[in-house]
Amino acid sequence: MSDKETLFSAKNRELLLGPLSKNNPVLVQILGICSALAVTAKMEPAIVMALSVTAVTAFSNVILSLLRNTIPTRIRIIVQLVVVAALVIIVDQILKAFAYEVSKQLSVFVGLIITNCIIMGRIEAFALGNKPWPSLLDGIGNGLGYGLVLVIVAFFRELLGSGTLFGVKVIPQIFYDWGYQNNGLMILPPMALMLVGLIIWVHRSKNKDLIEQK
Amino acid sequence: MENLLNIFVRSVFIDNMIFAYFLGMCSYLAVSKTVKTSFGLGIAVVFVLLITVPVNYLLDNFVLKAGALSWLLGESAADIDLSFLSFIMFIAVIAAMVQLVEMVVEKFAPTLYNQLGIFLPLIAVNCAIMGASLFMQERGYANIGEATAFGLGSGIGWMLAIVGIAAIREKLKYSNIPAPLRGIGITFIVTGLMAISFMSFLGINL
Repeated sequence: MSDKETLFSAKNRELLLGPLSKNNPVLVQILGICSALAVTAKMEPAIVMALSVTAVTAFSNVILSLLRNTIPTRIRIIVQLVVVAALVIIVDQILKAFAYEVSKQLSVFVGLIITNCIIMGRIEAFALGNKPWPSLLDGIGNGLGYGLVLVIVAFFRELLGSGTLFGVKVIPQIFYDWGYQNNGLMILPPMALMLVGLIIWVHRSKNKDLIEQK
Repeated sequence: MENLLNIFVRSVFIDNMIFAYFLGMCSYLAVSKTVKTSFGLGIAVVFVLLITVPVNYLLDNFVLKAGALSWLLGESAADIDLSFLSFIMFIAVIAAMVQLVEMVVEKFAPTLYNQLGIFLPLIAVNCAIMGASLFMQERGYANIGEATAFGLGSGIGWMLAIVGIAAIREKLKYSNIPAPLRGIGITFIVTGLMAISFMSFLGINL
């Protein structure tokens, strides 16, 4: 990597935009499913969760990338956990102060950002071997790629399950008068799994090279 | 006693870690290719949950909660609230316990250690372990017995789920699945179907 490389060279743009589709952390790397599904019954918590994860991934990537030459390999997991846990505590306190309702809805899942595999995965796979600036881009890119899937799943679950988006009614009353019903199953956990399965199906039909070999 | 049994059954079937809360999905998807390995990981998770949930319960009730330190510092500690530290304390306990369990198993049960080998360190970052401690804190179990029953139940529920999906995936190898769904896609959909069947346990109350 030369010093003359510009901040947004083609390679760095790829780091930022790749995780949105081709290298999506949820759909392709299969990381971070743990918290991805439970918060997607409504749009609002999904977006808050996506922003929190993006912030934590970006900052933890930068911090560990700065520390990468000083951490002994044997204790790196503990160091990573401490850095991530400290960042998550900050996020949790900010949410409690400024968005109390949403932080109640997210309940334990804010704390579970610590063990979100995207964060540990990106630190291990990227930040420990790269400079801070690419690590920042990688963190933001992966956070947004995760957020994208969250928002898509939450959009369908809230629209079909409650007939609302961000709590605002979007399906007109006349539909209900004609006998349209909200699909209560969409609110329940199993449909989140199926929706992700279907999104993977669509995504892989578009990107044939991702299809798994027999 | 009945109460403990109730908590245990609830956490195995109704509040199942995988099917109701999606916790520990990463290792659930990654390690469920064969029944044998997933059984090994399941046992390790049960083991670690059985230890970390009660330990974190004690930590929460005697150190972190508002006024919990009064057994040590007397009246003056009544308004000390350290619960904002719970994330970092819980993860520290989990990491330390996993390390300890690894050393004990290596010393006293080398065959088990060889089977669990690669999975044990991974458990520290399994969301199911951290999730169980956080749920334990949020639900406020009355005593350590209840917390232990909850930890054991969650672990067994998780093991049930991963062994089940591994058995299904072994058979799925011989089915003709649409190419883009092969592997991970169909696993999600099968898990969804399993979750629907587990919903039939809703409302069980001993």
